[in-house]
Amino acid sequence: MMSAIIDRTMTFGAGRERPAVRETSTAPVARQTAPPARSGGVPADPGVWSRRLRNSATVVLPPVIVTAFFLLLWEMMASSQGAVLPAPSQVITDTWELIINPFYDYGGNDVGMAWQLLASLERVAYGYALAVVAGIGLGVLVGQSTWAMRGLDPLFQVLRTVPPLAWLPISLAAFQASNPSAIFVIFITAIWPIIINTSVGIRNISQDYVNVARVLRLNGLEYFTKIMLPAAAPYVFSGLRIGIGLAWLAIVAAEMLIGGVGIGFFIWDAWNASMLSDIVLALVYVGLVGFFLDRLVAIVGKWVTRGTQAG
Amino acid sequence: MTSYLSIEHVHKTFGEGPTASEVLRDVDLHVDRGEFISIIGHSGCGKSTVLNIVAGLLETSTGAVILDGKEVSKPGPDRSVVFQNHSLLPWLTVRDNVALAVDKTFKGTKSAAERREWVLQTLDMVGMSHALDKRPDEISGGMKQRVGIARALAMEPKVLLMDEPFGALDALTRAHLQDEVMRIQSELGNTVLMVTHDVDEAVLLSDRIVMMTNGPAATIGEILEIDLPKPRERLAMADNAEYNHYRAEVLRFLHERHKNPESEAA
Repeated sequence: MMSAIIDRTMTFGAGRERPAVRETSTAPVARQTAPPARSGGVPADPGVWSRRLRNSATVVLPPVIVTAFFLLLWEMMASSQGAVLPAPSQVITDTWELIINPFYDYGGNDVGMAWQLLASLERVAYGYALAVVAGIGLGVLVGQSTWAMRGLDPLFQVLRTVPPLAWLPISLAAFQASNPSAIFVIFITAIWPIIINTSVGIRNISQDYVNVARVLRLNGLEYFTKIMLPAAAPYVFSGLRIGIGLAWLAIVAAEMLIGGVGIGFFIWDAWNASMLSDIVLALVYVGLVGFFLDRLVAIVGKWVTRGTQAG
Repeated sequence: MTSYLSIEHVHKTFGEGPTASEVLRDVDLHVDRGEFISIIGHSGCGKSTVLNIVAGLLETSTGAVILDGKEVSKPGPDRSVVFQNHSLLPWLTVRDNVALAVDKTFKGTKSAAERREWVLQTLDMVGMSHALDKRPDEISGGMKQRVGIARALAMEPKVLLMDEPFGALDALTRAHLQDEVMRIQSELGNTVLMVTHDVDEAVLLSDRIVMMTNGPAATIGEILEIDLPKPRERLAMADNAEYNHYRAEVLRFLHERHKNPESEAA
């Protein structure tokens, strides 16, 4: 650790040039420039709206056109003679009851799609939350201590390549119950990118910030909360984002095997009952939920790390 | 001889065995309270190393640094540093960056209200009261360095250490901040140790200029006393014969007697 500090300190002066930024604020006048006053009461000129419309059209139109094209292609292929898979129109007719009534509950496994998804999300929430806590904790340990890194890193590198489902039998044996096993599979799937990214983030904390902390004599806890966490936050969040994606990938497979309520078992159940349209609908939902989970973590990350990227 | 800050026969070697490189050899310097000292030399002469040793960020190989009767062994708020690239924490606002230093330094001695007031006062001193709630990425390079100076001053250090504080700024901003530092130093009477490679900056600001020989194994080549009355006026100095004489002295040292090793090779 010490030698690392010295190595980096040795390069002081070299390679630390920052682009010179011209100071604009020395004169008080410069910062009092108010935004140009709008002549009050005049409605925004209609050109603004048409321009906005055009701008949003350039964003919205391409995906709409491409999606429509693929739906059409699918419709045509699935309508041809001898086609096995249902066409989109067929899917919608078959699953209309499921689509318009997502919250029904006839007991047992026979519940609406919303309940199925929520059951899966609940498992993901538990497993992912555990992975976040343990992953950041271990990541900090590995990032801080060279000894811990040397000891744990080989283990991590091997374990992280084990496919999620390979953990399921052993966790079923250990927990003797299906729900905790599924949660464990989520946990063990999501934790690796969180550990690895957190430790990289901690190792990459700028020597400048470390020096500031040393001059201020921050103690361990202050250093952790004031320097380490904010400095590593961008890395941590990229780990969290990969983690949530993997967790959602794993839950469907895990649920197929453990049964009960959940979108994974719903798909498996539909396959056993030869209800292909139900499977297609479930896939659409799985994709959309996965997309929103990813966006959610990205947005939280963007909000939390605002400002930290600056030099 | 007892001076406020003494750097006593400091040697510094990085690494061990065949790859070891001796950076400093027998650096010996005595600074009085309230003095403004510049350390000047070519790149790679170890002037930043001297500063980092005084800051406690680096340990000496042999020799010692004694400040106000106590040996320096680790970093501390009595030797605050203005880093070349400001080193503000980008996730904190201007106010919070200074408050972090103030709260840490004066936890036991000042009340929360006094500390808050002191933060505002130091930021006012460097002319940054208008940007209290801005983040570092929202202000210019010169302004960041002002905040860096405010943070260092707010700790009321025994010695203010500045590591090429204006090196990353354009010439106009640099001149402006030099004037500010002169004004603040004459108001507060700080003891300052500044590393620079700018001859004009050294002559304009300093009481004494420490000129370092080229590395490896650099040491103090010569110390030039700048006997010009303070406050010094940048414009008046341009035509001042004495000032130009001092300036020429430093230039002669740097470019005749201790040529840049790179230009010699060329």
